[in-house]
Amino acid sequence: MTQTRTIIIECLRFHPETDEAPYYQSYEVPFTAEMSVLEGLQYIKDHLDGTLTFRWSCRMAICGSCGCMVNNEPVLSCQTFLRDYHPSRIRVEPLAHFPILRDLTIDQTDFLAKLESVHPYLIPSADDDPGDQPRNQTPDQIQDYLGYAQCINCLLCYAACPQYGLNEAFTGPAALALLHRYNADSRDAGKAQRMDVINAEEGVWGCTLVGECSEVCPKHVDPARAINQNKIVSTQDYFLRFLKPRGRR
Amino acid sequence: MKPRSHEPIFWSLFGGGGMLAALVGPILVLIVGLLVPMGMGFGPDAMGYEQMRALLGHPLVGFGLAILIALFFFHAAHRILHTLHDLGVHATPRLKQICYGSAVGGSALAVLVALVLVVRA
Ligand code: SF4
Ligand code: FES
Repeated sequence: MTQTRTIIIECLRFHPETDEAPYYQSYEVPFTAEMSVLEGLQYIKDHLDGTLTFRWSCRMAICGSCGCMVNNEPVLSCQTFLRDYHPSRIRVEPLAHFPILRDLTIDQTDFLAKLESVHPYLIPSADDDPGDQPRNQTPDQIQDYLGYAQCINCLLCYAACPQYGLNEAFTGPAALALLHRYNADSRDAGKAQRMDVINAEEGVWGCTLVGECSEVCPKHVDPARAINQNKIVSTQDYFLRFLKPRGRR
Repeated sequence: MKPRSHEPIFWSLFGGGGMLAALVGPILVLIVGLLVPMGMGFGPDAMGYEQMRALLGHPLVGFGLAILIALFFFHAAHRILHTLHDLGVHATPRLKQICYGSAVGGSALAVLVALVLVVRA
């Protein structure tokens, strides 16, 4: 079906250098059944208003840059279709809980610092060097982390998380899920370095298991599960540290 | 390095209370709310004073029940504290003292009552 219809897209606009406050601007956009919200925004930029600013790259739900709020729900705009909203109008806003850089683009600095804090890379142990041999894993060992390795850093989970909204010090869903991804990998020996992030008030204890992160995740990463598994890890660490030799607590 | 949270203590008590509530709650509702009133499997005096008094006088039952009640209190305290946080009332040290303090008080009372029941059985 290539029939063209028209939908009204209402975008949040904000240019911090010239605008005092964000405002909304509506555009009438012709669309066909296969057009995504992202393509709607691109139509606006190409034909109606070249100043509208938004991020995108892959157009196929893999780069994680096109996240925004559509009718108050965090979604990837390349994976969300205009036909599902027509004939109602849609409202497109930048991801909730983040500072706005301009229009629909957010400032990710806070997340990037948190991502760095979880050491999101393999930390092999010094005495486990396979030399130039491959480090093999069994299918079971791969399954332990594969789901958590699907994260594309789109930040929909942060926009969905009420705890991050209340307290931005919370390490948050994606960073904690990635922390778990590396801890769960048989090739990694860096758990001890990540333990203080888990154990902190802003670590897994900032979560109250609302579960919205796992609901909105386009890659089915299930950050809520990763976080709550690590509440058990943190509790064991809390009580069992008294059994460990002094100096290693 | 970020300071370690003491949440594991309260989370364990919360989890223990929640798990027991889920396990014991339905059984209690079944016995007290359905089976006994309908006379199914229990005699007419099953929940009479004498029977109950004797049951609670047994140390295992008395103190077991006290511990159960204590865990329920801690479960409730934790839940209330976090729900208040969700509603925008953030957990100040004072609020924590009130919530967990009530749980400690309620638990102490439960143990005390159990003690009296068992000793004077
Ligand atoms: S966990 Fe899911 S929602 Fe969160 S950043 Fe990763 S892919 Fe996006
Ligand atoms: S444009 Fe890459 S995820 Fe949407």
